[in-house]
Amino acid sequence: MNKKRNLVHPYIPNSVPEIKKQMLEEIGVKDIDTLYEDIPEDLRFTGEMNLPDPLPSEYALERHVSKLLAKNQTCQENLSFLGGDCWQHYVPAICDEINQRAEFLTAYAGEPYEDHGRFQTLFEYASMMGELLDMDVVNVPTYDWGQAASTSIRMAARITKRTEVLVAESISPDRLLIIRNYCKPIIKIELVKYDKKTGKLDIDDLKAKISSNTAGIYFENPSYLGCIEDQGKIISDIAHTHGALSLIGVDPISLGILIPPSNYGADIVCGDIQGLGMHMQYGGSLAGFIATRDEERFVMEYPSRLFGITTTAVEGEHGFGDVTYDRTSFHDRIEGKEFIGTATALWGITAGVYLALVGPQGIQELGKLIMQKSQYAMKKLSEIEGVSIPFFASSHFKEFVVDFSTSSKMVKEVNKALLEEGIFGGKDISKEFPELGNCAVYCITEIHTKEDIDRLVHAVDECLKKEGPK
Amino acid sequence: MFEKGGTKMSRKNKVRNFHQAKWDEPVIFELSNKGERGILFPEIEKEIEMDIGDGISNLPKNMVRKQPPNLPELSQMQVLKHYLRLSQQTLGADLNVDIGQGTCTMKYSPKINEKLATSSKFTELHPSQDETTVQGILEIIYKLDLFLREISGLDKFTFQPSGGSQAIFAIASIVHAHHEASGESEKRDEIITTMFSHPSDAAAPIVKGYKIINIYPNEDGLPAVEALEKAVSNRTAGLLITNPEDTGIFNPKIREFTRIVHEVGGVCGYDQANANGILGITRAKEAGFDLCFFNLHKTFSSPHGCGGPAAGALGVTEEFIKYLPTPLVEFDESKYFFNYDVPRSIGKVRAFYGVVPAILKAYSWIMSLGSKGLREVSEVAVLNNNYLLKKVLELRGASAPYAEGRHRIEQVRYSWDELYKETGVTTEDITCRMVDFGFHMWSSHHPFIVPQPFTLEPTESYSKAEIDEYIAGLKKVVEEAYENPEIVKTAPHRSVVHKIDVDSLDDPTRWAITWRAYLKKSKK
Repeated sequence: MNKKRNLVHPYIPNSVPEIKKQMLEEIGVKDIDTLYEDIPEDLRFTGEMNLPDPLPSEYALERHVSKLLAKNQTCQENLSFLGGDCWQHYVPAICDEINQRAEFLTAYAGEPYEDHGRFQTLFEYASMMGELLDMDVVNVPTYDWGQAASTSIRMAARITKRTEVLVAESISPDRLLIIRNYCKPIIKIELVKYDKKTGKLDIDDLKAKISSNTAGIYFENPSYLGCIEDQGKIISDIAHTHGALSLIGVDPISLGILIPPSNYGADIVCGDIQGLGMHMQYGGSLAGFIATRDEERFVMEYPSRLFGITTTAVEGEHGFGDVTYDRTSFHDRIEGKEFIGTATALWGITAGVYLALVGPQGIQELGKLIMQKSQYAMKKLSEIEGVSIPFFASSHFKEFVVDFSTSSKMVKEVNKALLEEGIFGGKDISKEFPELGNCAVYCITEIHTKEDIDRLVHAVDECLKKEGPK
Repeated sequence: MFEKGGTKMSRKNKVRNFHQAKWDEPVIFELSNKGERGILFPEIEKEIEMDIGDGISNLPKNMVRKQPPNLPELSQMQVLKHYLRLSQQTLGADLNVDIGQGTCTMKYSPKINEKLATSSKFTELHPSQDETTVQGILEIIYKLDLFLREISGLDKFTFQPSGGSQAIFAIASIVHAHHEASGESEKRDEIITTMFSHPSDAAAPIVKGYKIINIYPNEDGLPAVEALEKAVSNRTAGLLITNPEDTGIFNPKIREFTRIVHEVGGVCGYDQANANGILGITRAKEAGFDLCFFNLHKTFSSPHGCGGPAAGALGVTEEFIKYLPTPLVEFDESKYFFNYDVPRSIGKVRAFYGVVPAILKAYSWIMSLGSKGLREVSEVAVLNNNYLLKKVLELRGASAPYAEGRHRIEQVRYSWDELYKETGVTTEDITCRMVDFGFHMWSSHHPFIVPQPFTLEPTESYSKAEIDEYIAGLKKVVEEAYENPEIVKTAPHRSVVHKIDVDSLDDPTRWAITWRAYLKKSKK
C-alpha cells in the first residue's frame, strides 16, 4: 500500500507479508484474490478510487485535519446567542472524561454480563430523567428530539388506534419536517395555530380541530419561539375529553424551575438531552428521550430499548437487562414496534453523568440563573429603538423572539454587523415564521455574563443606529 | 506460572486467566448524601438580580416546580469514581478481541480521530452559524461525500441519517417519494428484502406503510433469483438488500436482482452494513443500485459508543438527488454552502446535518488510508475471516451452514447445533463462558433461522495472534462442553454479575425501568 512497498499501516496488523503468507497457507489458497472467488468479474471494480494521497503518518494527518478545523470560528472564540434545537450550555469536565473512556466509547451491544456497566449507566440515566420528568419509564435515547416526537406520535396512534394528530404551529420547523416525513402516509398531521399576541396555543383553534379521529395533540414547552405554555392542563384536558393523548415536548434543563409536563396531563413526554452535558458538535450531539407512565399499554408501544433492574443468582446483587425485548424489531422484524438500531447511547450515559453532578439544587439554581439572564437580555434588548419583543408579556425560559421590523435593518443585516463584532446573533426565523415579520430567536444560557449581554445590546444598538438599506 | 528453578515467566497457556473488574457498585441513588454538590454554576450578577429579581416570581404560579427533582446528591469525585467503576465493568472493543460481535464490524477507532473530534475548533460549533464561519467543517462534510462517491460509484451523499436504521427509513421515504412523483405510491406498496438482511430492512419500510416480502435463503444460503421473480409485480416499490449478507456469502447474481426489480419499475436500495470486505473490490454502481448507505460507525471506524452516536451515510444516483433530505452541502469552487433547493425533498430525517463527529472521524480515517489502504483493509478483513473460518471448522461441534467449502467475505454465521445436540450446551452458554476468558459476548444473530447461530467478524484490526487467542478460547470452551458441560452452562463465573433473572423483565408487575419504579414495585 501507499507508494512505498510493504508499508504496514498501523491499523492493519496482518498486513505484515510473512503473516499474510502464513495465513494464506493455513487457509490453503495462493492469494487473497482467490478468497473473492464468488464475486464475478463483471462486478469487480477494476479502476482505482480517486481519493487524495493518504496521510498514514499520524502527525501529517493531525496537521491536515487541524488545518481544516482551524478555518472554523467557534462559539468559544465568539459570543453566540444561537439556540433553536441545539444549545450552548456549560459542559462539566467529568462529562467529557466519562464519554471519552475507551470502555464506553468502544463498547457496542454486549450483554448484561460483560457490559454490566453500560446497562447500569443507561438505567441510571433513565432513572434520573424519570425524576426530572416525574415519570416512571424513560427509553434508552433515540436519535434526536425530532425522532422522539415522531415516535411519540406513532405510539399515540397505535394506542388510540387513530390516525390524525394535531401539532402546535409554534414547533421547530425542522422538527415538523421530520415528523411529517415520519408520519407520511400513515398519519395525517394538522397544525393548531398559536396566539399571535402571547405565543401560546390558540385554544379555540384546538377545540375547532380536535375530533374523535384525533390520536393526540403535540405541543412544546417552552415552544420553539421560547414562550412558556401555561395552558398545559387545559390542552391535556381537551385531548383527554376527546379520547386523545397529550404529547408534550420539553427542554429537560428547564425542569428544575418549571413543573414537568406529567403534572399537567402529559401522557407521553419527549425532548432532547443535548443540553445535559454534550458539546454542540455542529449539531452532531443531539439525542431524543421519550417518557411515559409505567403502564403496559405505553411500555409495549416503545420501539426503543428499555433497560430494567433485576435480581441475579446471588442475593443482593443488582442485575440489568432488556425489558420486553420481544416488542422490538430486533426480535420481530415484521411485528416489532417501528424499528430499532444504533442510536445515541453514549449521550444518554453522558446526560446521566450531568444530572448526577448537577443534583436537585444545581438543576434549580441553573434554571433560575437562566431565567434571570434571559429576562435581563429581553428587557435590555427591548429598550433599543427599532427592537421589540413580540411575546414580551408571556413567560420565557432561555429563548425569545426579537423583532427588528420597526428598524431599518433586516435580521440578516443585523447578524452580519454583529458577526463583524465577533457576535453570532440569534437564529433568523423571518422565513420560517414570516407572519412574525423580521424576527430572530435569541438564546441565553448560564454561560452568558452580564457583560456578554451588555455587549450584545450595545452592538445591536450601534448597528441599528447606522443608516442602511432594508 | 513460574518455571521451576528460574524467574522466567511462562505463558504456555493460551487462554487468559481473566477476571473482569467487579466493584459491586450500588445504583447512584444509593450513594446520595443530602447536601453534597457535584458542580456549581456562576453566581448571578448583583445588577441583574436588582434589575430583574429572582426571575421566578413573575412566572405563572401553576408553572413553578414546588419540589426539586429527586436527583442524587454527590460530590464531584464521588460521581467520577462511580462512573469510572461502571466503565471498568464494560468491555469495550479497545480492551478485548472483539470479533464475537459479528455483523457489527468492531474495528479499531483511532485515537487521533477522537483527539481531532474533541478539539474545541469542532465541538464548539453551533449548527446555525453563518456559513462563512464553518468553512472547515463544511469542507470535511463535502469531501467525505466525494470519497464515498468514489467508494460506491453513486453520485451524491447525505449524512443526515444518524444510524443505519434511520438510513433505511430514509431510503424507504425516498422510494415512496419517487413513486408518488409518478402517481404510483398507493399502488406500489411492497418492499422486498431477504431474511439475512438486517431486521430494520423490513421493519423501517413498514413504518412507511409498506408490506414486506421476505425472501428466505436457498440451500446455498442465498436468495434465489426465481424467488425474486415470483415476488416482483407492479406492486413492487423497491428492493432493500445486503450483500454479502450476514452469512458472509456474496450474492454473485446481485445484478440480476437489481435488473429484475428495475424491470417492474422498482427502486433498488443497497444496505452496505457489510461493506468491510469489499472496499475498492465491488461497488453499488456496478451492481445496479439506485441508493445505498454505509455505516460510518462500522466500516469507517467511528466508535460504537455503547450503541451510538452513529451515522448512516446515504448515497444516491443522479436521478434520486432530488428526493434527498435538506440541506445538501455543495461547493461553488470558492466556498462551501448549504443547498436547500431540492425540489422533491423528503424533508428531513434528523435535525441539522447528522452526526457530524462521526463524519469527521470517517473523513480522517479515509485520509489516513487512501485508496490502496482501503483495499488493504478489505483484503485483510477477508483474509482474517477465512483464516478464522478454517480454524473454527476444526472445532468439534461447529459448522458453517450453507456454501460448504466456499470462502466467505468478511464474516460467517456459524452454528453450534451439532455441539448442542451432543452436549446440551447452547450458543448463549458458549458466549457466556467466553466472557470468563475476556471476550465480549453478544447473542443477537437475527433472524434465528440458523440453529444455534454464532456470528464472528474479525475485521482488519485484530492480529493473527489475537485471532489465535480467540480460537484457543473457543477450543477450551468446546472441550469443556464435552467434558464438563455444567461449567459452561452456569457461566459466566468471572464476570461482573451472575446469571440474571430475566423473567421479571417481561412481567409488567415486576419490571422496573427506572429506580423510582423499582422502589415502588419492590415495596409491594
